[in-house]
Amino acid sequence: MNLQKVLFAFFIMLALTLNFSFFIGEIDNPEHHHVYELFTAIVVSLIATIMKFGDRSHLGAVLLAASLVADLQLISAAVLWGVAEHVLELNLQGAIMATIVSFSGGALIANLISVVLLITETVQARR
Amino acid sequence: MPVFFLALRRLRGPLITLISVYAIAVFGLTLIPGVDSNGNPWRMDFLHAFYFVSFMGSTIGFGEIPYPFTEGQRLWVLVCIYFSVVAWLYTIGRAITLAQEPAFRQAVTYGTFENAVRRIDGPFYIICGYGDTGRLLVRGFIQHNTRTVVIDNDQEQINNLELADLTLYVPGLRANVNHPNNLIAAGLNHSRCAGVIAVTNSDHVNLKVAISSKLLQPHLPVICRSEIHDVGINMESFGTDEIVNPFDIFADRLAMALHSPANFVIHQWLTSASNTPMSEPLFPPKGRWILCGYGRFGKAVQKILAFAGVEATIIELDPKRTHAPEDTILGRGTEAVTLREGGVEQAVGIIAGTDDDANNLSIIMTARELNAELFVVARQNRQENDALFQAADVNLVMQRSDIIARTIITRITKPLLAEFLQQLPQNDEESTNVLASRISAVSEQTARTWTLIVTKSQAPALAVALFKGDHITLSMILEHTPDAPNKNCLPLLLKRDHVTTMLPAITTQLEHGDHLLFAGTRSAEKRLTWVTGNANALDGVISLFQPAAHTSPVS
Repeated sequence: MNLQKVLFAFFIMLALTLNFSFFIGEIDNPEHHHVYELFTAIVVSLIATIMKFGDRSHLGAVLLAASLVADLQLISAAVLWGVAEHVLELNLQGAIMATIVSFSGGALIANLISVVLLITETVQARR
Repeated sequence: MPVFFLALRRLRGPLITLISVYAIAVFGLTLIPGVDSNGNPWRMDFLHAFYFVSFMGSTIGFGEIPYPFTEGQRLWVLVCIYFSVVAWLYTIGRAITLAQEPAFRQAVTYGTFENAVRRIDGPFYIICGYGDTGRLLVRGFIQHNTRTVVIDNDQEQINNLELADLTLYVPGLRANVNHPNNLIAAGLNHSRCAGVIAVTNSDHVNLKVAISSKLLQPHLPVICRSEIHDVGINMESFGTDEIVNPFDIFADRLAMALHSPANFVIHQWLTSASNTPMSEPLFPPKGRWILCGYGRFGKAVQKILAFAGVEATIIELDPKRTHAPEDTILGRGTEAVTLREGGVEQAVGIIAGTDDDANNLSIIMTARELNAELFVVARQNRQENDALFQAADVNLVMQRSDIIARTIITRITKPLLAEFLQQLPQNDEESTNVLASRISAVSEQTARTWTLIVTKSQAPALAVALFKGDHITLSMILEHTPDAPNKNCLPLLLKRDHVTTMLPAITTQLEHGDHLLFAGTRSAEKRLTWVTGNANALDGVISLFQPAAHTSPVS
């Protein structure tokens, strides 16, 4: 066991779980999707991306790509939120909230792929 | 690209620190209660918090935006300022350390070099070794508008390359030439790579380059410099296309200069850069020569002198080690005593052929003092001594790197000229002299040489006319009539179905697929290209010959 590996897996999984906790709930109901959840999801996702830098293997490249996709989706969601609330001063009810949550749903899939790849690699390394 | 990821990998720590500090600062700001301008309770949202932290982190400052902060908020911002400054210092410090790391810098140069090579879109040659020879090769290739890539083991040589005033960009890399990966980085597998030229000082390195390129890209021509005959034979055994032995070529050229001056001067003219002043023909006297230095060079010279029936007295410092002949005179040749012992007063010429330029210059000066009539031949080892040899007013300076570079460039850029020069010595002296005077009549300056291949792509009008069955002779395309002979253009060689004809007669009838080598002026070359390329121009020229066309014999 080594600390770096623990941290690596920890951040990748945390990115997934935080992403999930923002995503879960009625899709267009702002009550079910808290802004702090999105914030932590973004921060952890960014950290997970940086942890994946510099791995030259093929798997490393796919992991990094998945993370970049998740970042892109989550940041898009946050920008949309900011623009809707502060610039356009719209009510977050309905369509806007649904779009924001859909973005995070996309990121959720990318994060899921990361975790699946990580587990696959671990299982193969065991043999 | 790998460099970029390498950099990111090294900056992982600082980047994570930076993100964490920012995240905590933003998070804290959104939690701490504040008041708006009317005194109502207000909490910063993420937009404002991120905005505030962004400018706080980099500049500490546009003030408290959007509303003046409460005490609690100020306390938190105070903490954040210190943390963000430390985080930034840490990140920038690491980035600078990384940029200064030799390994990283080398990775960057390597990456830049690889990219530069990848972007080359014309045919190019890889030159291994940027010494005197490599430098002349690069310049020579640039004159022919051919691109080159240089690798050398020595950083100083690469610096020289970077500082050199070259009209084409020549990517250069300091790398171990022995390593096949470096050859690949220099473009060995590149689709436009036209050949590899190994001219490092070490035979072994050249051998390794030849093996690597022949194994990885068997079809690519490889030209190697080799000073040792065994290594040369080894190189030949796996198909190295040309092995250049500097001593042999050098001695051969020297023998040519002494034995057949006209031949030598034609060599000099046709292989030097065009538009340079013509070198004067030399007339070395016949008689006994003195040869100073009996190393590899001296031996090669002696062999050829003996073959040409020229008597030579050898002066050598260490006859035992060099296996000099019995009657060798012991000494360096720089002292008057030794030279007198060698009979310098009665000799007609002296060859200063040691491997030390200072000694060679000293030999020349001393010998001249003893016998002012001497014909002096000097071997110049290093290019940087150009000025000294010029000032010494030597009859003939032989510079090794110059000769090697000329041989290689001629062979690559003008294969037909190389063939011509190779066949030249077979002519008798009389006709060589005539040829020399004809070439010198072409123009005031050194003549250009160029090749015309009679095909649709190179000479469309001519090819079409020949295809129609027209009888076209050399004199027609050269517009050479008895009344107005064309003196500016001289056909040197005709190659037809692997048969070469030296100095083809002006009445020779042309055929499709002929390879022709011409010497002439630039305007003559342009005129010829125009006549053979433009149907109207060709018709006009042929019509001039109409009355004479059916009477002219076909040879």
